Amino acid sequence: MRYLLLLKSERPAGPPPAELMEAIMNLGAEAAASGALLDTAGLEPSANGARVALHGGALSVTDGPFAEAKETISYALYEVRSKEEAVEWASRFLALHRDLWPGWVGETEVLKVF
Amino acid sequence: MTTPDPRAALETVWRMEYPRIVATLARLVRDVGLAEELAQDTLVIALEQWPVTGVPAHPASWLTATAKHKAVDLLRRRSAYAAKLAEVGRSVSEVEDRDLAAELDDYVGDDMLRLIFTTCHPVLPVPSRVALTLRLLGGLSTAEIARAYLVSEATVSQRILRAKRTLAERRVPIELPPPAQASERLASVLEVVYLIFNEGYAATAGEDWTRPALCVEAMRLGRVLAGLAPAEPEVHGLVALMELQASRLPARIGPGGAPILLQDQDRRRWDRLLIRRGLAALDRAGATLGPYALQAAIAACHARAASPQDTDWARIAGLYGVLAVVSPSPVVELNRAVAVGHAHGPAAALAIVEGLELPGYALLPAVRGDLLEKLGRVAEAREAFAHAAALTHNARERDLFLARAADAGAGSTSDPAPSSGNAVVTSEPRLTDPA
Repeated sequence: MRYLLLLKSERPAGPPPAELMEAIMNLGAEAAASGALLDTAGLEPSANGARVALHGGALSVTDGPFAEAKETISYALYEVRSKEEAVEWASRFLALHRDLWPGWVGETEVLKVF
Repeated sequence: MTTPDPRAALETVWRMEYPRIVATLARLVRDVGLAEELAQDTLVIALEQWPVTGVPAHPASWLTATAKHKAVDLLRRRSAYAAKLAEVGRSVSEVEDRDLAAELDDYVGDDMLRLIFTTCHPVLPVPSRVALTLRLLGGLSTAEIARAYLVSEATVSQRILRAKRTLAERRVPIELPPPAQASERLASVLEVVYLIFNEGYAATAGEDWTRPALCVEAMRLGRVLAGLAPAEPEVHGLVALMELQASRLPARIGPGGAPILLQDQDRRRWDRLLIRRGLAALDRAGATLGPYALQAAIAACHARAASPQDTDWARIAGLYGVLAVVSPSPVVELNRAVAVGHAHGPAAALAIVEGLELPGYALLPAVRGDLLEKLGRVAEAREAFAHAAALTHNARERDLFLARAADAGAGSTSDPAPSSGNAVVTSEPRLTDPA
């Protein structure tokens, strides 16, 4: 079964620590080597994106940034055997932030792909 | 908000880490059975401690470290015992002179590769290789393996037990194969992975036509292997083949579980991600295509075709021609015949089929029936389909062949052109010879 993991956080003031980026790369390599990670990428700030909406029969397009406090900053697509495994990969990812970027606040949505 | 239940967390992490833990332990203690026992001991320790102390901050590392400690304890006890034997003047041939600290730091990836070469070792019968590989590298339980293969759990346990005993008795070293044997041993590993995939993709027995969970396991093993041995073109070829074939899984089963053949599939339901990954893996397989990459190249022809009419059958027939040279088998010839039928007409195809002998192989009479029907030889076609139905062990396939036997000639009298609606064989690559 596949899960889409969406990482959301407040846009931090500074860039992430180099150590964290290195650890994220290693975790990604590990997840790919274990056959679980199918696809992943970081996402640019919503200021570079747009939102297309349908309300009351009318389409509208609004350029970013979006008003939400948290932005979606990366996605990952996993092939796993249970929701718990997807949650474990998400936990490992957040544990890296816990260990290597004090004060960082964020969350990952773990969504099952139909 | 909830914090994870330690037992549930352990169950998940254990399943994910089990292959790496067993692989590391197997290298350290040089015995697969012993490695599995030490892994179980590690699990017991975690089951005792985690509910008390909570889930460790790094659960996977905790398990690996604990497992290594178990192994080191065992090796120290052994070497202390050996030293005592030496003191009293007994044989010391078993005394091991090893740098444990260095061994503990070895890269786990190599452990996995050593282990898969061991579980796929040619001293083991093929069903044992499959069971042991699924158990140790896939991390599946014996119950799960039994369910996947429709055999009893006792059968799987016995297979695994005997396999471990054979490895120990024959003193099979847990190591990368020596260069002289490298290609033969790799072929055995790839064969085991592809057998697992094929059992999922075209189940040889049972009620369901496919068992996707086995395909997913095989693809996982293939990806692991590609990560471990990226310089081996055929590893990428196999991954490409599996991903391209699996991309069609969502479209292969109709409502009620009936098989839907390639030319009848709703191609919008094909898994684009797997196609993209499969084509990328095929690129990595390089220019000189081995048997798996050739089959992947054939699957890629289908993946690239937006509709059955767009299929490049001449190229597929050519690729099967190459495959027939690289890896000759009657099954490859049968598939080549199907492609030739599409590219150059049923008469040319039937000429190939009539020269083939595949006792007990249902697809041979099925293809023959299809070609005969296209040539307007309806009575012979019916007979061939009935023969195919009698040979297959898969219930879904039998229904399909019986339907073809009943319908033979129904459409072809008014439409002499090859019908694309109900052909039996799809020319999906299937290298595996009939059992």
